Amino acid sequence: MADVLLSVRDLVVEFPTRRGTLTAINKVSFDIHAGEVLGVVGESGAGKSLTGAAIIGLLEPPGRIAGGEIRLKGERIDNLPPEGLRKIRGRRIGMVFQDPLTSLNPLYTIAQQLTETILTHMPVSKAEARQRAIALLDRVGIPAAARRIDDYPHHFSGGMRQRVVIALALAAEPELVIADEPTTALDVSVQAQIIDLIKEICSERGAAVMLITHDMGVIAETADRVAVLYAGRLAEIGPVHDVITRAEHPYTRGLMGSIPTLTQESDRLVQIPGAMPRLTSIPKGCAFNPRCGDAFGRCYTERPDPIDRPGGRQVACWLYKKEMSHV
Amino acid sequence: MSDALIRVENLWRRFDVSKPWLNRVIEREDRQFLTAVADVNFEIRKGETFALVGESGSGKSTIAKMVVGLIPASSGRILFDGTPMTGTVGADMRAIRRRFQMIFQDPFASLNPRWHVGDIIAEPIHTFGLASGADAANQVGKLLDTVGLSAKDAEKYPHEFSGGQRQRIAIARALSSRPEFIVCDEPTSALDVSVQAQILNLMRDLQDELGLTYLFISHDLSVVRHMANRIGVLYLGRLVEVSEGKSLFRQPQHPYTRMLLDAVPDLAMSGRRRKPVEGEIPNPINPPSGCAFHPRCPVAMDRCKVEAPKDRETPIGRAACFALEMQPA
Amino acid sequence: MNALARAWDSDIAYSFRRSPVAILATVVALAIILPAIFAPWIAPYDPFNPASLNLMDGFTPPGEPNAFTGNVFLLGTDNQGRDILSAILYGARISLFVGFSAVLFGMILGIGLGLMAGWRGGWVDSLLMRIADVQMSFPSILIALLIFGVARGFIPQDMREELAIWVLIVSIGLSEWVPFARVVRGSTMVEKNKEYVQAARVIGVHPARIVVSHILPNVLGPVLVIATIHLALAIIAEATLSFLGVGVPPTQPSLGTLIRIGQGFLFSGEWWILLFPSIALLALALSVNLLGDWLRDALNPRLR
Repeated sequence: MADVLLSVRDLVVEFPTRRGTLTAINKVSFDIHAGEVLGVVGESGAGKSLTGAAIIGLLEPPGRIAGGEIRLKGERIDNLPPEGLRKIRGRRIGMVFQDPLTSLNPLYTIAQQLTETILTHMPVSKAEARQRAIALLDRVGIPAAARRIDDYPHHFSGGMRQRVVIALALAAEPELVIADEPTTALDVSVQAQIIDLIKEICSERGAAVMLITHDMGVIAETADRVAVLYAGRLAEIGPVHDVITRAEHPYTRGLMGSIPTLTQESDRLVQIPGAMPRLTSIPKGCAFNPRCGDAFGRCYTERPDPIDRPGGRQVACWLYKKEMSHV
Repeated sequence: MSDALIRVENLWRRFDVSKPWLNRVIEREDRQFLTAVADVNFEIRKGETFALVGESGSGKSTIAKMVVGLIPASSGRILFDGTPMTGTVGADMRAIRRRFQMIFQDPFASLNPRWHVGDIIAEPIHTFGLASGADAANQVGKLLDTVGLSAKDAEKYPHEFSGGQRQRIAIARALSSRPEFIVCDEPTSALDVSVQAQILNLMRDLQDELGLTYLFISHDLSVVRHMANRIGVLYLGRLVEVSEGKSLFRQPQHPYTRMLLDAVPDLAMSGRRRKPVEGEIPNPINPPSGCAFHPRCPVAMDRCKVEAPKDRETPIGRAACFALEMQPA
Repeated sequence: MNALARAWDSDIAYSFRRSPVAILATVVALAIILPAIFAPWIAPYDPFNPASLNLMDGFTPPGEPNAFTGNVFLLGTDNQGRDILSAILYGARISLFVGFSAVLFGMILGIGLGLMAGWRGGWVDSLLMRIADVQMSFPSILIALLIFGVARGFIPQDMREELAIWVLIVSIGLSEWVPFARVVRGSTMVEKNKEYVQAARVIGVHPARIVVSHILPNVLGPVLVIATIHLALAIIAEATLSFLGVGVPPTQPSLGTLIRIGQGFLFSGEWWILLFPSIALLALALSVNLLGDWLRDALNPRLR
């Protein structure tokens, strides 16, 4: 396995409110290896976007990292002062957000925004920066890049804007790109273009990708490994093919069954009863226990930690501890 | 066909997107119109689910709103069980209105936040004078039970429920006037997948129990495949293909349908590469000449640029494409 | 949980408990409003009863015994021997009555016109909003003065005194409907496109009913904030008009009237006749205004 690029250990993110502290992310651990695409899936409120925000230090107050460590190539980045974080953001970690409109400043041309990012992080002249910017736009598939670089964001369509955002994220040749729902705001036919682009361009440059999305289809196509989050906790992590075709955690199994596909023949979808608990009422023990068909005594009292499974997988479920003890 | 509950004939909708009069005069611009729906024809048979799929700007929501009378058509007719929806007024229209309902996309916006859930569900009951007092409350309780909630939930406010539960409340409201036909405008696109499965299953169960007819609007082909008996594919306000449900996925007729299918992510991990499509949806204010799809079409011919194709019978329905005329049907 | 406990636990109550300014403003406002409401029962004298006035008591400094009668008045007396404290209590009562009524009138008018403009749109909206624009380009006190003057012209001489207070309320109310209408119009335009309104339209609920029972409850939040802030403005407007001598009749002096009377004696040494009513007006207007500011922030956490 390649070197560990980003390592997240026991990450805890809290939101203090007047009714007590809400733990939005509760002891989540995972690694991202150099050059790999790690998919992070979960339903709304599972904490997937917060995980990304915590890594790049963009948690919105009053949210704060209350425990754990985040290391980029062994160097801790979760306790850096704002200045240090700013240097890492953009330079070593690039970002692509859901809505391309909010990631681009409507008052500046694409050229201004791209060259500024390049000049901030790289020792090049203005003219070189512009050349690089044009090359980047060309690479992300903007037709007539040399001419369109002086346009403003509103001159571009949604898909084209997301291409510009990707160019912006890659401008300083980061080692890691965090893409938070990069295709959710786009039409199906454009989605595939953007997914392909992210995948290609990152592997070309050796950048790892943390792809945060609620869309299992996108993960299936793009990711090497996938982490499934539930109620701010890691349910399961492993190679994407294994997790999708042979899910181990009862939640992941239910989730996969509930997605209608173009090939299934059954008339009814598998459904998980109930809904993900609110942060104010996460049950004791395993957070999934009220919805789980396999829950037994221990699930109601004790929270399962991720258990190592064959094939480089981990699953946080007592069912697998039981098996182990039998062996 | 005689068992058509809804018949849509030559439906057009243009929106005036002109700048204000003074700006037009100063900037010497003409009025601008956006054709959201162009000459759309289809029928929905009793008891079936007819789905309209398309990307943003395809006009699918506009059609849904015209069918329930939220916006008027620019031209064309919509017949409900043989009665034209425009021109029918008073008690006749009220009688028709009771027979159709709508479920909306965003369960956070479709329930009045200041109303009790019970009042929300009872509104159609009271509006159509179907019941009152304890009788109405009784019906509300039964409806809540039908959609998988508890009768006690009638006293709560919408904000006390999750997105999926709210959509259940919206479904209960839609059922409360005992309609035959429900327009579902992207009913699950704001929901998480595990909740989406619950709602889709519920909608199918209700259809079986109550013999409902659905017009199902969605951008998600997998969901449409799961729900629909027949499917209409919209592109830039034009209905390019209408086909039998599952057959459409086995043998798409129109190149745009094929393109949409190829763009769906492959969850089964069968190794099928999804083929990204060239280009993006054109601006509907200035749609391409001829066939609106020709700039993105892999099989476009010269003829497609100048002439709009007419509907043509296919083995599984109909489609509007010149390429289909080349090959024997 | 009963209703009281729920109210105590609500976000707005929490925000109130956490805001010293809001608490202080409430205390000050209540310290003026409550005694004003109960003035007939708690005021030491009845300043409107000429029989109870003794000219000999005139110009008594606060807290000191009168040179002739030996009577002591906490805040002194004016030239006619009226007790300033009682006059303030009764004056605040009139100021508050005029202020509340004017805001209520302006609010109802503004909500009505705003709902109409927002719901109907088109030329109705354009017309109402242009009128609003024109009115906004003049200071509201000028508008009130204008309306007051015109209205008095239409009222027969013998009824003027009697109707003066109502004319004043209508003038101030008419001068302040615009902000209500604008806010309601804006919210209405947002709400009317929401799906819950469409759901009501699909089943054919009458538009008037949709506006009243669906939209109105959802646009009232910001209206409450404006109403509170405008209560302060209306009280000041009333005081200004009364100070100019065009407001309430002299037989029913409001705080503004008291200030007008008092300013004549400022340079002859009887400072208390001006000072105490001014402090009362300032404290009332300021506390109500601060409450309005707090309410605005509490109801809209994104604003700041």
